[in-house]
Amino acid sequence: MSGFLGYLRPDGQVGIRNHVLVLPTVSCANGTVNMIRESLKNITAIFHCHGCGRAGKDFEIHMRTLVNIGKNPNVFAVCVIGLGCEVIKADWIASGISESGKPVKALEIQRNGGSRNTAKKAISICKEFLELAKKENRVPAKFADITLGLECGGSDGFSGITANPAVGVVSDWLISKGGTLILTESTEMIGTAHILSRRAVNAAVACRVENVIVEAEERAKNILGPMASMVIAPGNMDGGMTTIQEKSLGCITKAGSAPVEDVVDYGMHPSKKGLIIMDGPGYDTESMAGLAAAGAQVIIFTTGRGTPAGFPCVPVIKIVSNSRTFGEMEGDFDVNAGTLLEGETLEDVSKRIKGKLISVLNGEKTRAEQNSQEGVICLYTGLPSF
Amino acid sequence: MKDAKIAKAFTINPADNVAVVLSDVRPGSTVILPDGKSITAKTEIPVAHKVALRKVEPGEAIIKYGETIGFAKVLIEQGEWVHTHNMGYEE
Repeated sequence: MSGFLGYLRPDGQVGIRNHVLVLPTVSCANGTVNMIRESLKNITAIFHCHGCGRAGKDFEIHMRTLVNIGKNPNVFAVCVIGLGCEVIKADWIASGISESGKPVKALEIQRNGGSRNTAKKAISICKEFLELAKKENRVPAKFADITLGLECGGSDGFSGITANPAVGVVSDWLISKGGTLILTESTEMIGTAHILSRRAVNAAVACRVENVIVEAEERAKNILGPMASMVIAPGNMDGGMTTIQEKSLGCITKAGSAPVEDVVDYGMHPSKKGLIIMDGPGYDTESMAGLAAAGAQVIIFTTGRGTPAGFPCVPVIKIVSNSRTFGEMEGDFDVNAGTLLEGETLEDVSKRIKGKLISVLNGEKTRAEQNSQEGVICLYTGLPSF
Repeated sequence: MKDAKIAKAFTINPADNVAVVLSDVRPGSTVILPDGKSITAKTEIPVAHKVALRKVEPGEAIIKYGETIGFAKVLIEQGEWVHTHNMGYEE
């Protein structure tokens, strides 16, 4: 099999879903977005808690993240809902998204007669978008068109020895097909600067890899002081991880062995293919928002303790590291990699993950999609989060 | 399985001086490694945690993935649980 069936977008990107997205620019618009969702079950609504009271670097991060989530190829059309007096303007977001050539409309609550009237107008816009979306058909596409986001959350002592190495094999396969991988969560690369910079394609990229990891370490030290060497959530401690170096080594194995082609900021769309490192926090929901903005059509998320979270417009494939957690929360996982500890080979486990990935590209719903683990996103701010 | 006298452990890299135990381990249990060799557990070791494969001197590196993941804070005997109480990453 050399490819999959996807939705070709006007900018040449290929989506694996066909969402009509309703995107608030500010949390004050969340109520209106909810009214729209209650009337139209087929739209995809995103809620978030930012959009105002931000300046400088934060403003830039929010602008590009919201615009780029709208540009994500899984999104067919976007209805942007603003309030009117916020810092991040609905028209600016809509105008940024329109560069991709997809249908987009913006409405401000203060200019459209309040929340109910705005919802009413938005519902008629979304109905038109949904009709147009129905006319889109899947067409043959290449694996080279895929950007796979890599994520881990609620890791345990098995994540780094089962799920992540198995995903690493799939990562190497996607790279061999000409695809793109995004490895993020800078906090979880602390301690591996010497390994990742060795894999950079040139000295300039190596320097940026080191900078991203050194900055992540400095942020951790500033916030946590003497505890910085243990920047691991208590759950991870319970799971058998002792130091961030241990967790980081287990974490980066999911990106396989490809050279690092480039380093990008949070929520930025990479201009190169191959393995990309995106600067960003270790907090899963913020991290997944950054991956969606970077153009990932699909995310592979490894977990040990069990994390159900998905993302509104990007299917998230959950790989669990051990059979015990799989047995306890089976309905939240797509693949159990814990069988590696029970005698299944790395090759066979990775084949199952690759098979699941290809099915999801072709439209099969992930457990997170089936379980409605979507709706609310967190956006990264200039303030560090872990 | 808590009372099992035999437990399994998983090693990743031949250079590693720790392995990950696949079930809760009690002191005195036999821990079987992937190469068929075995060691005797000296302490309790919770599932998914690390067991020392050999004696590690204070200050010596703890190796997993073939890389340094931290340093021994005290003498660690073969078969002991390796975690925050006896290792850390202080440069």
